[in-house]
Amino acid sequence: MITLHWLYALAGAMFAAFALLSALDRSNAKRFGNAAFWGLMALSLLAGDLIGDLGNGLLVLGLAGLAGFGFLGRSSPPTTSVEERQRWSEKLGNKLFLPALIIPVTALFGTLLYNYTPLGGAGWIEPKRETYVFLGFGVLLALAAIFAWLRPPAIAPLQEGRRLIDAIGWAAVLPQMLASLGVLFAVAGVGDAIGALTRTIIPEGSVFLTVVVFGLGMAIFTMVMGNAFAAFPVMAAAIGVPLLIQGYDGNPAVIGAVGMLAGFCGTLMTPMAANFNLVPAALLEMKDQYGVIRAQIATALPLLAFNILIIYFMAFR
Amino acid sequence: MINYWPLLGIALVVIGFALKYNPMLVVTVSAIVTGLIAGMDPVQVISTFGKAFNDNRIIAIVWIVLPVIGLLERFGLQQRAAALIRSLRNATTGRLLILYLLYRQVTAAIGLHSTAGHPQTVRPLVAPMALAAAEKQHGELTEAEVDTVKSYSAATDNVGLFFGEDIFFAIGSIVLIQQTLFTYGYNLAPLELAFWAIPSAIAAFFIHSARLLLLDRKLSVGAERSRGTSARASLDFARDERSDDQ
Repeated sequence: MITLHWLYALAGAMFAAFALLSALDRSNAKRFGNAAFWGLMALSLLAGDLIGDLGNGLLVLGLAGLAGFGFLGRSSPPTTSVEERQRWSEKLGNKLFLPALIIPVTALFGTLLYNYTPLGGAGWIEPKRETYVFLGFGVLLALAAIFAWLRPPAIAPLQEGRRLIDAIGWAAVLPQMLASLGVLFAVAGVGDAIGALTRTIIPEGSVFLTVVVFGLGMAIFTMVMGNAFAAFPVMAAAIGVPLLIQGYDGNPAVIGAVGMLAGFCGTLMTPMAANFNLVPAALLEMKDQYGVIRAQIATALPLLAFNILIIYFMAFR
Repeated sequence: MINYWPLLGIALVVIGFALKYNPMLVVTVSAIVTGLIAGMDPVQVISTFGKAFNDNRIIAIVWIVLPVIGLLERFGLQQRAAALIRSLRNATTGRLLILYLLYRQVTAAIGLHSTAGHPQTVRPLVAPMALAAAEKQHGELTEAEVDTVKSYSAATDNVGLFFGEDIFFAIGSIVLIQQTLFTYGYNLAPLELAFWAIPSAIAAFFIHSARLLLLDRKLSVGAERSRGTSARASLDFARDERSDDQ
């Protein structure tokens, strides 16, 4: 059966190559910092299950130290110039889109075929992970197609990949760090404290204001944790179940579903949700690292108000 | 008595981000402090942090698309995406992004949320197309305007994903809602929960689309100003100044 570990191995091998190429890149003054950083990522993906919890912890401290004390430098691996790219673009025409579509199309049709035809019954992919597996297939297919058609230098995919990962830098690892921080928050009882705090500001007897505190609480706690999944059980325990469902006889499906979406409005407004809000700023090489959040606030706030109103009008009919 | 001390970890994160310390350090320091407050010894804290990092490796998988994206950029994919948009007479940044918003919501709603995303589609295709359309509407873009168009491209992907995926009943958040409420004795069908994600999805589409059309307006207003049509420019002066403040 193809499991996630196959993909960890693929990604780990890629990061190992990035590390090696970084170490050999004399044009980058901080080449050994980059090599160590991507090398640790490779180690985590290839051998994370073998080095124990403490080993993983030290690995994470290493990543944070390298990133936090400025050991990473932006590299400039060999690639084509803007003029050369313009010429290629004119020469190849719209056919150039075809290899770009291989990844999404493979993931799309692979997932559909696997789930809605007897193909999935054979159970040759880890359950619920088929889209990731087809994403990996898509990558390999696209690479094969590009090599067959355009014959780039053999090292080119790794150098071009390194160009992009160095442009993103440590932001590529931050989402995983934040997810880990969430685990420690949970262990330390941050959720209980937030829940208790929220209960102290609930006004007695007003359904509307209770709904408002529930919706705002979901959004704000999501902003703090960077993740609506962490906020939902806390807000459900503090307000959703005891007050809205049991106290005011609200519809649990509306309160649950739309409450979660109120949390998603919070996700749009927080740097803690790094993979959605900070990573794209780095990936698109934007000047303002909070630019994506700024562009989202004016969508998130009216949508949050809408979600609160939906709960109020639909859950208490 | 509830223990409020764990909130110190959150305060550290907020302060650290506000003072623009490196987020990797801020997160690590906050994790260690939070763990120590919870009564763990230092080795336990680091082990817990490391185990959580290892359990979340799936987040790193998406980077395997980078070699393909980089390779296609080498052969001019971004230039090609821009050329395609320039050849479409009616293409504007706003309309293009509305189309992408719809695509993202619909594919996410049928469970295909991992098939698009910032590395897979926004960097190689959506952002270069949106920039080309903006240049067509507006002429040469300033650095700030380039950033704005890029930020709306990324934002559109997020809004489409968040307010599409919950319509699909077999997604993590629906399972989480169901499991959480089940512990209190409410056994809801996933489809029932997915149904109540639909009104918000529709609202998200209209709210964000309206903002994308406003972006179009802002881009074309800026274009008139830069072309220097003096009468129009003076009429729009007040509005321009306001939009610059945002």
